[in-house]
Order: sequence, then structure tokens, then C-alpha cells
Amino acid sequence: MPLANTATTVPVVVDEGKCIADKGCTVCVDVCPLDVLRISELTGKAYMKYDECWYCMPCEADCPTGAVTVNIPYLLK
Amino acid sequence: MDEIRSGISEVQCDVLVIGGGTAGPMAAIRARKKDPKANVILLEKANVKRSGAISMGMDGLNNTVIPGYATPEQYTKEITIANDGIVDQAAVYKYAQNCYDIIQELDRFGIRFQKNQNGDYDVKKVHHIGTYVLPMPNGETVKKALYRQLRRERVLISNRFMATRLLTGKDGRVAGAICVNTRSAEFLVIRAKAVILCMGAAGRLGLPTSGYLYGTYENAANSGDGYAMAYHAGAGLANLECYQINPLIKDYNGPACAYVAGPFGGYTANNEGRRFIECDYWSGQMMQEFYNELQSGKGPVFLKLNHLAPETVSEIERVLHVVERPTRGRFHANRGTDYKDEMIEMHISEIGFCSGHSASGVYVDENARTTLPGLYAAGDMASVPHNYMLGAFTNGAFAGEDAVDFVRQVDYADIDAEAIVKEQERVLAPTRREDGIPPNQIEYKTRRLVNDYLQPPKVTRKMQLAQRRFEEVRDDMNNAMYVRDSHELMRALEVQSILDCADMAAAASLYRTESRWGLYHNRVEYPGRDDENWFCHTILTKGPDGKPAHAKKPIAPYIIEIEEHERDAYYKQRIVASEAAE
Repeated sequence: MPLANTATTVPVVVDEGKCIADKGCTVCVDVCPLDVLRISELTGKAYMKYDECWYCMPCEADCPTGAVTVNIPYLLK
Repeated sequence: MDEIRSGISEVQCDVLVIGGGTAGPMAAIRARKKDPKANVILLEKANVKRSGAISMGMDGLNNTVIPGYATPEQYTKEITIANDGIVDQAAVYKYAQNCYDIIQELDRFGIRFQKNQNGDYDVKKVHHIGTYVLPMPNGETVKKALYRQLRRERVLISNRFMATRLLTGKDGRVAGAICVNTRSAEFLVIRAKAVILCMGAAGRLGLPTSGYLYGTYENAANSGDGYAMAYHAGAGLANLECYQINPLIKDYNGPACAYVAGPFGGYTANNEGRRFIECDYWSGQMMQEFYNELQSGKGPVFLKLNHLAPETVSEIERVLHVVERPTRGRFHANRGTDYKDEMIEMHISEIGFCSGHSASGVYVDENARTTLPGLYAAGDMASVPHNYMLGAFTNGAFAGEDAVDFVRQVDYADIDAEAIVKEQERVLAPTRREDGIPPNQIEYKTRRLVNDYLQPPKVTRKMQLAQRRFEEVRDDMNNAMYVRDSHELMRALEVQSILDCADMAAAASLYRTESRWGLYHNRVEYPGRDDENWFCHTILTKGPDGKPAHAKKPIAPYIIEIEEHERDAYYKQRIVASEAAE
């Protein structure tokens, strides 16, 4: 049974200009209760890897540079 | 990160607290305070800085018993009536006697509560009978304050470890837990003399109608792991047929918050803008009236604030949109809905287990002891009814303090090496396959079946169909679930808890052949309470065949007597026509 990649919009958006994950910051990744954020090996910036958001907002509230925005997922917007 | 590595290590401690949300930190803090020599580990699947139901904060204490406003006797009476009498009052009464001390301790931690001009706590009336609600307009500070205390008491914190099963010794006593790292799949065996489960609600049981798996009322990390672990270890679970169902903003998973809006003059209304219930306090009886209104020509149901002064609405919004669930403001902005202009549509949530607002959970006594020696439970997963946040803190404190006394009297229970190997194999099975069904699909299917067949009003034939379909899903889960990394493995383990909880919900609901707790256990074929046969707890345990087994447990004699005329107060919720027309 092959697995498919299905496109989906994700609620957490990171402003790569403001994100300082490439300087070693992992705050948003650390505080997420669902553990859905990661640092991209490609860009060195944080991004939402798993579409499993509770839109609770610690990632946005605790980000030291204001780089993270939590949107309401489209399905229930 | 997330690759699957092999490895196992072992540590030991006196007291292992599993779950770093609300009850867990307090249990760990109190255990260390009572015995600074005790070795206490706090284990958390996420990160204790921001984990659990109060990840962002909390907008109020729903059940304070503060001198001058309420007495422990009044509170015990109210909770007994709200729960249709199915209450062991000792635990409720002990909570009521001690929660004021906990409030003062939280105050010292730096968590601020609303005070009036005289500097006294500004308690509001929301319940049917008494006055217990204390607002926390600055409730966003809770987790930070708790974290400071954990550091101060030098509690050993272990983040990103998910406990999968409890270990028990030959004598049936708790011996520790097996855990797996959520980012590497490496195992950790923790030997402990006492274990305190503080693992939250089973909040990912029903499926929100949006179809978004994580759009649940409860923090979606609360997948019912604690109920499943207690069950597999042989502990008893009480009254699981008493579901939790909450009134929410339609499509948004934050509470409708009559607790916040009520004291300001907001209320729940039907499509005519009229009140239909006297009291917005969450109870099964209130939810039944809510359900009835939704089904009638007067639905849907709304949160009505647009009759209030704009400044009042702004004050309510400040609390609703900043504390507890701050994305709520964004949700309304997206839709262009404003409390000042119109009533906001409400709906009822999916089902779950949570003693926070209802009564079911792992059975505990007034010391937070479960039926298994050395095993404790506190917070939303333990059976003390209408626990809420303050109940989690208070019962967590009881658990921590009792556990340090217990560990002084015992040595480590033997652990069974074979059980550890077997558990590793169970956990890793989805990683051993080349191909298969991803956990999110097993989860969606399970939870869709929960909605289709278990949601009240409960029908016997539907629940039996659910059991049959759950068995098919279990077969797929055990033999065909497939994960690609350690994060997906965590989800695969959570799905197993979810399916266990779904099975328990069906079995418990079929066992109690009467209706009780309003909508929570509305059994269509058995309308009305049957006190002669069912004025008792139901205790669910894992039977010898590996399936749920049931027993009745008598209600402990009341400490506070309930008069005959008081018993049905919570059934008198509906506003009668002449009154509503005014």
C-alpha cells in the first residue's frame, strides 16, 4: 500500500527574515505541546513539519523575535 | 531528529510523576517539599514549560471554596447534586477543605487572581446553587510560575519522553514505567517505588466535525494515555459512561465561556435570543437542555453578549482572547464576527473522558490512591468529579504528599525483564514493517466510529456495532500500522490509547442500563434514573480475557446529607415558558 504526499495548508507560518534558528534558537520547537515544529536542514529556519496543530500559540508567544504566526487551520476557519 | 534509533537505559527514583501539565508539577513540588531527600522525576511527553490543558494559561478557577463565599459542606453538597449522587464525598470534601490553602500557595507563586477593592478575592456565582468562580484576568502566567517552582525544588525533569506502560511487580504493586523518546524512539525504563499519573483527559476520542484531528476541545496531546496505562496495569476506572461533552463556540474549540461572560451579564440563548437554561454551569443536565434546544426549532444555540455595554464586551474579550485560548480572537476576526454586534453561534463538543468537567476517570480515593498499591492519579484523568484546574493542583498535592510517605515504607518492586522486552516489541512493531496504514488514518477511522456510534443519545445496537468495528480497526492497528519516524511512532502509540478509550467508553456505557447525568449517559432504551439498581459506581477493569470487565461499587456513606427535595436541583434547569417570555 503506497503512501501519498497530500498537499495541505499548515497553520504555523514562520517569517524567515526574523527567525534566528540558524543562530541556534529552538524556542518554538521546544515549547510546542504537539511537537510539530522543526528546524529545516535546508534553510536553517523553523517550519511546521507535521500538520497536527492545536493552535494554542506558545510558539508565537515565546518566539524572541516575533517570527512565528499561528493561523486558524483552514478546515475550521 | 526523528530517526528511529535503538537503545535502552534504566534509571530509578522514589516517586515518578508522569505528566507535566497541572497536577503533575504540583505533585512533584509537594513531594519534594515534604521530603527534600526524595528523588522525584517529572516525565513529560512534550515540554513542561508549555504542556497540558493550561499550556497558554487559564481564565479562572471554577471551583474555589473561599471563606466568606462558600463552605466545604456547601460545595460538597453542590457537587454531589450536580453528579446525580454518584460521588464518594470524602475526596470532594477533602478537596473543598484544602483548596483555599492551594489558592494562597498559587498566589505566592506569583499567579494573580481577581480581587475586589478591599483586596479580597472577587468570587462570582456561576453554579446552580453556590458561589465558587474566581476569575484570573492574568492567568497567562500560570505555566511560567509553575516552572519556576519546579526549578526551585530541584525536581528532575525529563521532557519528550512518553510513558507507554506501567511495570508491576509480582505482588501487583507498581514497579515503574517504560518510556520511549518521542524524537529518537530510544527506551527509558524508570524504576520507581510510587508512580503518580497526571496525564490529562482523553481529549482525542470523538472527532470534531471539521474533520481536523487536532481541533479538539482538550489539548490534543491529551490522547488518553493515562487511562490506557492504568487499565493495562490492572487499576479500576470509575463511571467511564459519564462522558465529557462541552458547549463550545461553533467550529472553534475554545469553551463558550459562560464562566467568564456570565458574571458580566452574558448568557446562553436560543435563536430567539432568549435564555432557555437558568444556569450556565457545565453539567450533564445542562448539556441535555442544550442538546434539546439544538434539536428543536429554536436552535442553534448562541452566546449572547450584544445586549451589554461595549466596554463590558471589551473587558470580556480581553480575557477570552488573551488567556487560555488566545487564537479565539483570530477566529472571530477571520469570520468578521463580533460579540458586540451579534450573538455568536455555539455548538456541543465531541465526547471525551475528563473529570475536570464531569466525573469519570481512574478510580482514586481522598488520598489520590488508585486501586493498585503505589499507583496514584490526579487531575483530569482521576475520578474526583468536577476537578478543574484547582482540583488538579489540590489532588496533585495530595498525591505527592501521600506518595512520599508510601515510598518510605517500601523497597523497589521486582521488575520483570520479559515484560520489558515484550513492551519494546509492541511499541516498535509499526517500525518493523515495510509498508502499511499510517497512524492518522487508524485514528480518523476510530474517532469517526466514536462519533457515529457512541455519541449520546446512546443506543444499544449502535454501541454494539461500534465494538465490532473497533475490533476490526484493532486488528489493522496491531498487524498493519506503519510509521516512518519516531514522531509518527508517538502518534501510533497515542492511537492505541485512543482505541483503548473508545472500547472502554462503549463497554462502560452498555453496562449501566439506566440514564443518568443528563446527556452524558442518556440511554434511549433506559430512560430515567434507576436508583434501585444503579445508585452505585461502575468500576471497569481489564478482564482475564483482555477485554473490559465490570463491577458495581457502593457509594461511600455521605458525609454531608442531601435532603430529598435538594436531590433534583440540577434537573430544574429549563426556564419555563411564562418566565422566558418576560
